[in-house]
Amino acid sequence: MQLTSKNQIAKRTKKVANINTALAAATCALLGTTPVVQAEESVWEMDTALLYYGETDRVTAVEGVFSAKKDFGDEHIFSGKFVLDTLTGASATGAVSQPNAQTFTRPSGKGQYEIQGGEIPLDDTFRDTRLQLEAQWTQPLWDDMRGSTGVHFSKEYDYLSIAVNGSLARDFNQKNTTVSAGLSLAFDTIDPEGGRPVAFSEMVIDEGQFANEQAYQAAFDATRQKGSDDKSTIDLMFGVTQIINRRMLMQFNYGLSTSDGYHTDPFKVLSVINDQGLTQSLVYEERPTERTRHSFYWQTKYALDSGVADISYRYATDDWDINSHTIDSRLRFNLTDNTYIQPHFRYYQQGAAEFYHPFLLEGSTLPTFASADYRLGEMTAYTLGLKYGMKMPSGNEWAFRLEYYQQDPKNAGFDAPGALQQQDLYPSVKAVIAQVSYSF
Amino acid sequence: MLKKARIILAFLISTQLVGCANLGVKPWERDLLAKDEMALDAEGNDLGLDDHIYFSKEATSGGRAFAGGGCGCN
Repeated sequence: MQLTSKNQIAKRTKKVANINTALAAATCALLGTTPVVQAEESVWEMDTALLYYGETDRVTAVEGVFSAKKDFGDEHIFSGKFVLDTLTGASATGAVSQPNAQTFTRPSGKGQYEIQGGEIPLDDTFRDTRLQLEAQWTQPLWDDMRGSTGVHFSKEYDYLSIAVNGSLARDFNQKNTTVSAGLSLAFDTIDPEGGRPVAFSEMVIDEGQFANEQAYQAAFDATRQKGSDDKSTIDLMFGVTQIINRRMLMQFNYGLSTSDGYHTDPFKVLSVINDQGLTQSLVYEERPTERTRHSFYWQTKYALDSGVADISYRYATDDWDINSHTIDSRLRFNLTDNTYIQPHFRYYQQGAAEFYHPFLLEGSTLPTFASADYRLGEMTAYTLGLKYGMKMPSGNEWAFRLEYYQQDPKNAGFDAPGALQQQDLYPSVKAVIAQVSYSF
Repeated sequence: MLKKARIILAFLISTQLVGCANLGVKPWERDLLAKDEMALDAEGNDLGLDDHIYFSKEATSGGRAFAGGGCGCN
């Protein structure tokens, strides 16, 4: 019954060749014979998406994605992806808000900006365009073994990331169980505008104390390191996918990631405050040069009579002492044969990194590492969204997604002295995500 | 009492293991699992875009896919 109806749909879609191959393979499986399917090439499957991400008073990003996939026959599959995104707006500097106005030097050292009393210090000079390219090739190797290999390239004005990956997957138990192992090697280079700050060097702010422009520039340059820096990352991932029954399948992944190199955010600072809670100076942050992360991921998909439930949970822990829990769920309800709605709910909670400090206290011993980046602090976040998809008579599909994302940073147990008690040190970040997708 | 609990535990574990051996479906029972939306990487672009957003805004990344490398996203 299912095969018949699927065949009828196939006649109306462009993916005829693909489905025919799948049907042929299914027939062979039914007969218990080795597939001697003719290596028939399928058509290209194209997926495009345009995403808008906008935070209230902060960052706005627009991201376009074009991905293409083709089975060249016998499951020899190529997939490629092209991503272009632009980023504008303001980003939190790490400094605390103050009762009075504060002056900051821009990361480039050229120019200043002022933040009014009671306002969260944001640097509004962020502007970047990023290009990302990916290519992946997957094919059967022998018996029930599949291999996959790929490359990843991402370039923005001051950052370059190149990665290669390879993985093996083997099916067992009539293809009900799949075990996989993968390796990814990434190499990142950073060369930030204005140079990399010297760890804990004090932000040079021109308040008329310099005799001339050269004197200011010399003072600024003394806080900078020459040249670019880099980071290498090794990722290992082991996975098991298990079909539970006719409606349910599960996936378990364990990921180990080690990175070595420059992890510091060159644009982030910490406020050094006195016992009245008033900022005395601003110093550039410093993070460890190594990080080892473990992640445990479980996903279940369940086929409803008219839809799909997709639920996942991830626990992650690392040697920066950041532990996190993530629950992600998508519930697809088919409204008709060709339309569906899909509510999305995600909840995230993370603990603070051991070197996270919302500010430093004047006169206290300087730690080896410190960052006031709220993204390394304690926080919860949630996403609520809805997607609507519709398949056209041609077989092409439109989808529209609208989501709300909110981050709520928390105090990880730091006492705020004096004037800081009247300031919002852990402001929420609110964002809207809107996306249009078209598949053909 | 402890011995009883151990026996019950051993019984439960063994029944679960037997249950594991029965996991899975026959090739002709894959009609629902074969649907596009049941693929683990269905909606690949959505997942990739979400990974990028949360990679940029949170301290944890990866799990579903590789965690490393990427971008200097702020």
